[in-house]
Amino acid sequence: MMRFFASRLLRAAITIVMVVTFAFIVLRLSGDPAQIIMGADAPPEAVDAFRTAWGLDQPVWLQYFHYFGAIFQGDLGRSMRDGRDAIVLVTERIPATLALTIPALIIKLGLGIPAGITAALHRNSFIDRAVMLLAVAGFTVPSFVLGLLLVLVFAVQLGWLPSGGQESWRHAILPIITMGVGGAAVLARFTRSAMLEVLGQPYIRTASAKGVPWRSVVWGHALPNAAIPTVTIVGFMVGSLIAGAVVVESVFSWPGVGRLLVVAVANRDLAVVQCILLLVAATMVTANLVVDLLYGLLDPRLRNQPKRAAA
Amino acid sequence: MSAPLVSLKGLRVSFDGQAALRGIDLDVAPGESVGLVGESGCGKSVTWLAALGLLPGRASISGSVKLDGQELLPARPQVLDRVRGGRIAMIFQDPASSLNPVHRIGKQITEALRLHRGMNGAEARAEAKRLLDQVGIPDAARRLDAWPHELSGGQNQRVMIAIALAGRPELLVADEPTTALDVTIQAQILTLLQELRRETGMALVLISHDLGVVADSCERVCVMYAGRIVEQVPTARLFEAPAHPYTRGLLGALPPLHGPRRPLSAIPGGVPEPWAMPTGCAFAPRCAMHVSACDANVPEQVSLARNHRAACIRATLPAPHPETVYA
Ligand SMILES: Nc1ncnc2c1ncn2[C@@H]1O[C@H](COP(=O)(O)OP(=O)(O)OP(=O)(O)O)[C@@H](O)[C@H]1O
Ligand code: SF4
Ligand SMILES: [Mg+2]
Repeated sequence: MMRFFASRLLRAAITIVMVVTFAFIVLRLSGDPAQIIMGADAPPEAVDAFRTAWGLDQPVWLQYFHYFGAIFQGDLGRSMRDGRDAIVLVTERIPATLALTIPALIIKLGLGIPAGITAALHRNSFIDRAVMLLAVAGFTVPSFVLGLLLVLVFAVQLGWLPSGGQESWRHAILPIITMGVGGAAVLARFTRSAMLEVLGQPYIRTASAKGVPWRSVVWGHALPNAAIPTVTIVGFMVGSLIAGAVVVESVFSWPGVGRLLVVAVANRDLAVVQCILLLVAATMVTANLVVDLLYGLLDPRLRNQPKRAAA
Repeated sequence: MSAPLVSLKGLRVSFDGQAALRGIDLDVAPGESVGLVGESGCGKSVTWLAALGLLPGRASISGSVKLDGQELLPARPQVLDRVRGGRIAMIFQDPASSLNPVHRIGKQITEALRLHRGMNGAEARAEAKRLLDQVGIPDAARRLDAWPHELSGGQNQRVMIAIALAGRPELLVADEPTTALDVTIQAQILTLLQELRRETGMALVLISHDLGVVADSCERVCVMYAGRIVEQVPTARLFEAPAHPYTRGLLGALPPLHGPRRPLSAIPGGVPEPWAMPTGCAFAPRCAMHVSACDANVPEQVSLARNHRAACIRATLPAPHPETVYA
């Protein structure tokens, strides 16, 4: 078990280094932070001074090594825009993002899983078709389109809810719904197919053949098996609690981590971008580890063979 | 024959308009052992899945299924749940996938004990251990905590049998219980079923496509062809006086006693597709004794001797029997 986790952690570390390197290269090659932050008509001396101050005049490979050296000393760097610690800038945005993503996750789970189960239990019925139609719709419409549609209807036309900003809880409703609906659609489809797969298994017929009432067949025999594949996708959703709101935060001008990322990329504010990427990678890795542990709990066949769980 | 325990009358099943069973009439007496043989797809499994209400919803079922005179088609779910696993138990072909992979063996047995005998806790566990002993699983106490994937196919089938016995059924339907197992294990499981039948007095329906297996372990054999029973015969008479040309073909295809067994496909030709079923006898296209009268109507079952009936217009016995009557 320890070796299993050690190998997972090593893989995670390699992934993170690759992501960070990639971001470094892309951001450095795609624009000059000094020029962007100082503005197009800043005096050249000021831009040069900015470059020297931030080490941007050094060769790129040296900057890269400095950057990594600092990370290993626990220093994630400072924002070139306002000089504050990147880690502080990022962490103070986390609550705002979670205020959207956690309720959205609850909607995804609370709506998607029961809908998928119901559809599977009433396969080919009207309910099934209705659920699947909604799920396909919710799944195909991109979240920025859905977000804009909701704004158009509930903010512009009906005037019931604000279209953007973060002044009150009412401002959170539309972004939460936007995110929740798409995720619920994905989860409904996934749960339905996992459930159908399980309901067709011989052990379900065995349970009925030994006199287990249908309700208990569903709850006691089908759901625990259908939960195994579903956990993967739920884990992915948990892993994207921090980074999953980029589009929606932009549409609704919600000052969370996602909006910070967009602004930082536009400014080529490397330290902030990298800090967010590290945070995202860390969340993803943690979520993956939790998923693997859950697999072991849910599926006795994997308990003695963590290698298969890793695949 | 005493009053039947289970009585199927005119049982018909179709899937999406395609007939799978085309009128099954079959009685099972208390304590008797009946073999059900026929080629793959002839409807052996569907017969008993339909009788127990285990087919998917899109199957349309008609006819009558009576247990001790009580009609089960249709029965309320509560009634059906008492019957299934309680009065009629069923085990299946593939033991490995027939057990729930996320429940321990013990839990899968005690669930049946709780449902049908109201046992719980330590009492249920003790009884589950006794059942595992009874079906010949070594180290039963420890095996209660094992997962299905930790046992071999033969052991899993024994567990399935233990679950089936948990409700003290009056009838056990074993649907090709040994097809997925090694030859030596097959014989052990068949012997076990015989022993259990003697010990418990339950009736046994053994489904197989191996006429030899069925003849070895059953008192009576029912031969199915294309969704119908074409011959019912006491095993003793099966080899002496097979009446239906299809049965005779199966016997001809049977290897010498104790030789290696082959599947029952040695009769030339194939089963007609459900949408191209002849109006008369379904076996006609393959039948060496076919005459034009065979195509007029579906042949009725004709009583040829005590407990011996065949659905063939030419199934007359060499020596006319005083009991011969037409149904
Ligand atoms: N769930 C189902 N959906 C559609 N058709 C089915 C279903 N179950 C059985 N059938 C059809 O019903 C017919 C009888 O099937 P059945 O399983 O009873 O055959 P069998 O005699 O048990 O054969 P085997 O020896 O292969 O088990 C077959 O033509 C099969 O295709
Ligand atoms: S009824 Fe005719 S075709 Fe059918 S089995 Fe008898 S002889 Fe053959
Ligand atoms: Mg079958």
